[in-house]
Amino acid sequence: MTAIIEAQGLRKNFGELVAVDGISFSVKKGEVFGFLGPNGAGKTTTMKMIACVSPRTSGMLSVFGVDPDIHPAEIKQRLGVVPQETNLDPDFTCFGNLITYSGYFDIPTDSAQKRSDELLEFVQLQEKRNVEVEKLSGGMKRRLILARALVNNPDLLILDEPTIGLDPQARHLIWEKLKTLQAQGNTIVLTTHYLDEAARLCNRLVIMDKGKILVEGAPADLVKQYVGEEIVEVEKSAEILSCLAAHNIPHEVTGDTVQIATGSSREIAKILLDSCQPKKMLTRLATLEDVFLKLTGRTLRD
Amino acid sequence: MSHLFSIPGVSGRAWKVWHRNLVVFVRTWHVNFFPPLVEALLYLFAIGLGIGSYIKEIDGIPYVNFIAPAILAIAVMNSAFFECTYGSYVRMYYQKSFDAMIATPLSIEDVIAGELLWGATRSVIYVIIMLPVLAVFGVISLPAALLAVPLAFLGGLMFAGIAMCFTAVTPGIDTLNYPSFLFITPMALFSGTFFPLTLLPVSLQYFALAILPLTHLVAIMRMFTLPAFSLTILLHFAWIMAATGIFCIVAINLMRKRLIV
Repeated sequence: MTAIIEAQGLRKNFGELVAVDGISFSVKKGEVFGFLGPNGAGKTTTMKMIACVSPRTSGMLSVFGVDPDIHPAEIKQRLGVVPQETNLDPDFTCFGNLITYSGYFDIPTDSAQKRSDELLEFVQLQEKRNVEVEKLSGGMKRRLILARALVNNPDLLILDEPTIGLDPQARHLIWEKLKTLQAQGNTIVLTTHYLDEAARLCNRLVIMDKGKILVEGAPADLVKQYVGEEIVEVEKSAEILSCLAAHNIPHEVTGDTVQIATGSSREIAKILLDSCQPKKMLTRLATLEDVFLKLTGRTLRD
Repeated sequence: MSHLFSIPGVSGRAWKVWHRNLVVFVRTWHVNFFPPLVEALLYLFAIGLGIGSYIKEIDGIPYVNFIAPAILAIAVMNSAFFECTYGSYVRMYYQKSFDAMIATPLSIEDVIAGELLWGATRSVIYVIIMLPVLAVFGVISLPAALLAVPLAFLGGLMFAGIAMCFTAVTPGIDTLNYPSFLFITPMALFSGTFFPLTLLPVSLQYFALAILPLTHLVAIMRMFTLPAFSLTILLHFAWIMAATGIFCIVAINLMRKRLIV
């Protein structure tokens, strides 16, 4: 498979601050590739370097096989970008936004109009076609931004927190659209804070922290590799803790609960019920969130 | 990395940005059309007829005819300057339009160049609306006064460049008030606009000619509308063209420094 994006030792400094600290990754054609990480991990900076709007400090980066520093316009012609901040043009309607944006890509007016109407339908905004963007809800604005990112039929879609601040309905709609786009063969790179979103959408992902890539892999593999299959949670008490220690069960204390990662929750649950008398206990499947917290810690960022 | 005076690589895509601003201008034409009309009339009545009834002539020219080119020149200055300070700042900072544009094949150099061209175009539009008003009152003489239109583009581009330099370094929108009040307003009064430059002390005359861009614009504009051409027009043109080139180049480089990190 051809690599759409290739990065080797990619680095970005802002003065003294190292935002991206020599990361390497490669994104293949047709896959959905995720960047996860706490605030300040360097995700958005990486997106901006790929999108040719922030020059790298050092390292190798190629998009569509060419260097963003040398051929930004050629790369950007084939990119669709959904930025974190809503930057629709408030001086235009929904349709006007798409038409104006099409103009920046040199798309002839006829096909721009046709495509804009198709895209409004795609993101279910055809009823808002002639409404000023100021009057749209947050979810509608995000959908319009997604439509705007598609005006040039991009080969690579870059989404920075595509569903930030949206209600569940709007998030599901965006996910559905992204799935459709992937099915059509689009390559998608996204950042997100929502781990369920990453697990649901991404074929492969990296977890970043402090400018470095901690792990890379398919969501399910990462969960298996770093946490296990299942999690048993019980309340934290002296009895439980000594009981777990007595049975030699490895565990992790988080707040007022104890988490036990395991390949077989039934076994652990049986031991607990038989000899530790837990008041509350639940078993669940391990998730990407467990991997994330294990790797990046529970300390608050920002 | 690019230097403050290095020639920026601007492509023809700059006109896309210009076109976007034109479309918005046309969409809201009803709020854009009347200010120049009203401004021309206000100046003519207040200064022309009011003060003009005491001062009949300056250097043998009817007073209203003396100030008519100044009204045009000040309009050129104001429309480009305010478009590329407050207007551009709002698009850059509040609307994030520049961020959206540079995600497309447009470069930041294209975007800023488009903004500058648009600032100059606003000056041209202003002058085109004002000219018939002034002509109706018989205070400019056609057809020579039509040269004010291309001159408005050049002068507008100069003030757009100056404005964009301020926009590139201003910490916030409020601090744009400083250049407006400390630079633009005094210049509108002391650049040979409402009284001849020769009434100023000699040192101030040299100061105005050396430093104040409006001085040169008013001088050329007056030669066009009276009309009364002299060879000094070449010096004024040379000054304006040099300033336009320098300020536009510096503006693009400063903006690049501000926005591309």
